[in-house]
Amino acid sequence: MHSEKKDMGIKLEYEVIKEDFGRAGEASSDIKKVLRKLGIDSAIIRRVAIATYEAEINIVIHSEGGKITVYIKPDKIEIIAKDKGPGIKDINLAMQKGFSTASNKVRELGFGAGMGLPNMKKSSDEFDIESKVGIGTTLKMIIYFNK
Amino acid sequence: MLIKDVKELLDGEFLTGQEYSMCEVNGAFGCDLMSDVLAYVEDKTLLLTGLTNPQVIRTAEMLDINAIVFVRGKVPSEEVIAMAKDIGIALIATKHTMYTSCGILYNNGLKGILIGGI
Repeated sequence: MHSEKKDMGIKLEYEVIKEDFGRAGEASSDIKKVLRKLGIDSAIIRRVAIATYEAEINIVIHSEGGKITVYIKPDKIEIIAKDKGPGIKDINLAMQKGFSTASNKVRELGFGAGMGLPNMKKSSDEFDIESKVGIGTTLKMIIYFNK
Repeated sequence: MLIKDVKELLDGEFLTGQEYSMCEVNGAFGCDLMSDVLAYVEDKTLLLTGLTNPQVIRTAEMLDINAIVFVRGKVPSEEVIAMAKDIGIALIATKHTMYTSCGILYNNGLKGILIGGI
């Protein structure tokens, strides 16, 4: 993990490795611990944890690897999950509950039910997804402290 | 329902977290799909599952789930049990199937969680 403090907030950054199923979730676990130490409201922490964990699992499952960056600001938490990888051909389809391209191996672990993206959207106040086939996908999620 | 009552009703054994015996769970969710657990479960919900990989513990951690029952005699590895111990999650193993485990707990007053529309 790489973290730095700036005047207007704290930045946390984590590398997420492709197909590293054993360690998947470590970044989200660390983010959660930092938020807890900062005394942030538990309902907010829970939403951030769900959003970062789903994003982390997605990077492990679907991409060639990527990065999760979290900015903790006075009024909000911003999460950016950026991966290198195949990208998403049809974002509208990917956003539908139940749609998944995950492998059987991933399904045996209990994922790949097509709930990840809709759940990230549900957990965040603002959700933006950009994807280019053959290049990668970037998710931006914002959770406000008071909304 | 207290975690110790869950363990006793299911003829189970603690794999870790016996110290949380007197903590309470407000409802239960039986599922082998962690994707659905992440989408629907609230905190202080008992998770019943037949999956034993590390992602079950990670999923529980993210949601503040404080107790997990492994059904059908499944027991996770020492590494997975140690992870739960570090985080502070009670793990219970039972030989009952998912269906029977859920039935016993439901009959004793532990209801399922509510999801959209029901």
